[in-house]
Amino acid sequence: MTSLPVDWLEKDRRKLRVDASAFSDKVYEALTAACALVIPALVIAIALAVFVAAWPAFSKLGLSIITTSDWDVAGGHFGAAPALFGTLVSSAVALIIATPLAIGIAIFLSEFSPLWLRQPIGFLVDLLAAIPSVVYGLWGIFVLIPLLRTSVMPFLRDTLHLGSTPFFAGPAYGPSMLAAGIILAIMALPYISSVSREVLMAVPRSQREAALALGATRWEMIRDAVIPYAKSGIIGGIMLGLGRALGETMAVTMVIGNRAEISASLFAPGYTMASLIANEFSEATNDLHLSALMAVGAILFVITLIINALARWLVWSVSKGRLA
Amino acid sequence: MLQSTEVFREKPPRLVTPAVQVRAREPRVAPGETKPCIVTNHLTAYFGYTTAVKDVSISIAQNAVTAIIGPSGCGKSTLLRCFNRMHETVPSARVDGSVEILGSSIYGENTSPIAVRRHVGMVFQRPTPFPTMSIQANVAAGLRVDRQSHATRGATSEIVEEALQRAGLWAEVKDRLNESATALSGGQQQRLCIARALATRPRVLLLDEPTASLDPLSSQKVEELVYDLRTTVTVVIVTHNLQQAARVSDSTAFLLMGELIEFASTSEMFTAPRDPRTESYITGRFG
Amino acid sequence: MKNARRRHVVSGAMIGLTYVCAVLATLPLLLILWHLIIKGASSISLAFFTHMPRPVGEPGGGMANAIVGTLILIGIASAIGLPIGIGAGLHLAEKKTTPLAQTTRFLADVLNGLPSIVMGIFAWQILVRPIGHFSALAGGVALGAMMIPLVTRTTEEMLLVVPTSLREAALALGYPKWRTSISVVLRTALAGIVTGALVAVARIAGETAPLLFTALGNQFWSTSIGQPIAALPLQIFAYATNAYEELHRLAWAGALVLISIVLVISLAARLVTRSRFGAAVD
Repeated sequence: MTSLPVDWLEKDRRKLRVDASAFSDKVYEALTAACALVIPALVIAIALAVFVAAWPAFSKLGLSIITTSDWDVAGGHFGAAPALFGTLVSSAVALIIATPLAIGIAIFLSEFSPLWLRQPIGFLVDLLAAIPSVVYGLWGIFVLIPLLRTSVMPFLRDTLHLGSTPFFAGPAYGPSMLAAGIILAIMALPYISSVSREVLMAVPRSQREAALALGATRWEMIRDAVIPYAKSGIIGGIMLGLGRALGETMAVTMVIGNRAEISASLFAPGYTMASLIANEFSEATNDLHLSALMAVGAILFVITLIINALARWLVWSVSKGRLA
Repeated sequence: MLQSTEVFREKPPRLVTPAVQVRAREPRVAPGETKPCIVTNHLTAYFGYTTAVKDVSISIAQNAVTAIIGPSGCGKSTLLRCFNRMHETVPSARVDGSVEILGSSIYGENTSPIAVRRHVGMVFQRPTPFPTMSIQANVAAGLRVDRQSHATRGATSEIVEEALQRAGLWAEVKDRLNESATALSGGQQQRLCIARALATRPRVLLLDEPTASLDPLSSQKVEELVYDLRTTVTVVIVTHNLQQAARVSDSTAFLLMGELIEFASTSEMFTAPRDPRTESYITGRFG
Repeated sequence: MKNARRRHVVSGAMIGLTYVCAVLATLPLLLILWHLIIKGASSISLAFFTHMPRPVGEPGGGMANAIVGTLILIGIASAIGLPIGIGAGLHLAEKKTTPLAQTTRFLADVLNGLPSIVMGIFAWQILVRPIGHFSALAGGVALGAMMIPLVTRTTEEMLLVVPTSLREAALALGYPKWRTSISVVLRTALAGIVTGALVAVARIAGETAPLLFTALGNQFWSTSIGQPIAALPLQIFAYATNAYEELHRLAWAGALVLISIVLVISLAARLVTRSRFGAAVD
């Protein structure tokens, strides 16, 4: 090994252009930062696009879009209250069905399931989120609705005598708020379950062991020590599921019956904001009609934005933002 | 290879029972006897507002092994990382004072840290082979970024072989150069990292606790190769292991809370340390 | 003592209930797959992939135009979503806690939860309305906008798994920062990033709502970007809501194809991330 000249650094410094790599570093940073900036820009752009399209309807009709029920294209009245009602009710039904199931399976997977079963079952439940909405709708039309019409609805109405209550009154043809609620429940389930599972597993062992050491049964330990610790995360998961249910379009359109009326009965067909937009868009003739549809879209956008932001914030505050 | 030995000179005024056996071999290089390689002048290193290295002025000899010892958190790794400008890769890290390697200041205004790092090799505590590259590609990794010096393909495989030979790994991997580097054992991976650092023919090799995560047999192999490297490279090794420092190094520096307490030839340091704090550390009273 | 007994019984009952929940929760997936196979498998043939839809009333026919249309839409969407998503993911993984990084991360998650129909409205407003007609490009843009936050988050997650010691080793060798990020960190995480990209593709391949007023659908063979284009989910929707039995059959087949792709990609993604990072994931 010959020794390098004393000014070894001088020699290399001439060969290595200091600016070259510093410049490349700057270019790299600028490019990646620009990519990151696209996301906030996208949110703003979407908001702008939707509200610009909706503005004519808002300025002409104001809040009557969601307070009146009369959707009369020819006459220029656009009241989408039934759609708003339908969105809220179908999502509520979905949550009522999905939440206990999701939390139940989350508890099962985090506490009781044998280890070898945990991954496969977790995977199967998470897969529900990957199924395209239109496939759910297809299944809903040809499997769920006939099942409801022939078995479930008569059961609820006659066997359980719920037909006398306003919630299960009226003819039961199949396409209904109940059908939409059930499909939405299946679609929301994986979101609630996945988040709940993660926060439940993140509860430290010390919490569990302390409860058991005090003489609690396993169930009491879960109820009193584990779930309260994970509460805000679970609520965040429920809100995530809610956000999904509120915005769901295809599956709901295919099973809800698409009738613009407000009814207390779960057996009655209904409408949601998303399916309203989807159904009428291709036939929208005049600009006001289009704008009214966009206005409904804008309202949907705002509602889901708020719910999703709240959900993410809740989930983050529990698990430090490592969830997808 | 490792022998214990009698005290090999007249009893010093203050008898200190050697806590570590010093290996007798020659020639031992004492600081100040040969040309300096790394010279620092009032070097201070900060992490934000915390001072990790305080006003260290040290002159490390060329073609010798210098050990830096001290308790956890004393700043020895930080000091080491100032020698190849790795300290500044941490956000809010800062350096004051000067560091000269072979007469050239590495912190000058127009000096690129990348140029410095290409002439100073570093090996870390945990072996870090690049997992997506083969053994050959790993060793040649440092060459690829320095295209001006190593252009042809033929030269690359020769350089790879030379580096692997110097790292004592050639015989074990010469038939599987294209296999993934992660297939090697821990000790082999660490020697691979040493080969990777040596491939660019650096003048200085910095080792940050290189055997901390290795089994004793692999540690011994690494120590032997470090000892052999000193004829061609200036080696600075940070270590927690006092016996290792005694076995392998010619000079030893003792750091405590960021300050350089003592810097002497290894035999002096371990048999007759001048500072009471050094003595306490070496005899195991703390750290 | 009686109280203790009762508590144990309650505990046992609740635990049993969670088992029931487990069964009920896995049931829908199995049911749906079951029906898809029963009703759709018989219609899967080479003809399905290569033939065009026949006029109503005639047996046979396929969904070739829809399949090609979906591929084209995926191509456009990926061209938009992948570079931007990976670039943003790189930024987030490196900058971690700057205001821009935190805002972007939060907004990416929020975007991921937005109704896909809103994306369709967005693309319609900027690409269909001003131009005057529907196009594959508009559909691709809507889908691409959906891909960006998806790819960003999965890329970031995969990059964060790469140990910082690798980055340090590269820097110590004299790699410039940008080269460390690309040749070492990105390269090490590549398998996971590709997997994440595929999962995003699978997700948008099944989306219908954003295409309703952008790509619109097309009965005929068309590969032009500036014209309406058929897509598998659009076709499934159209056939499912149609009166003719024959078209229902095709809808089931199309759904089976769609879900097979989604399932294969999801399974592969699970295997890749599990094998690389052990059981720490999930």
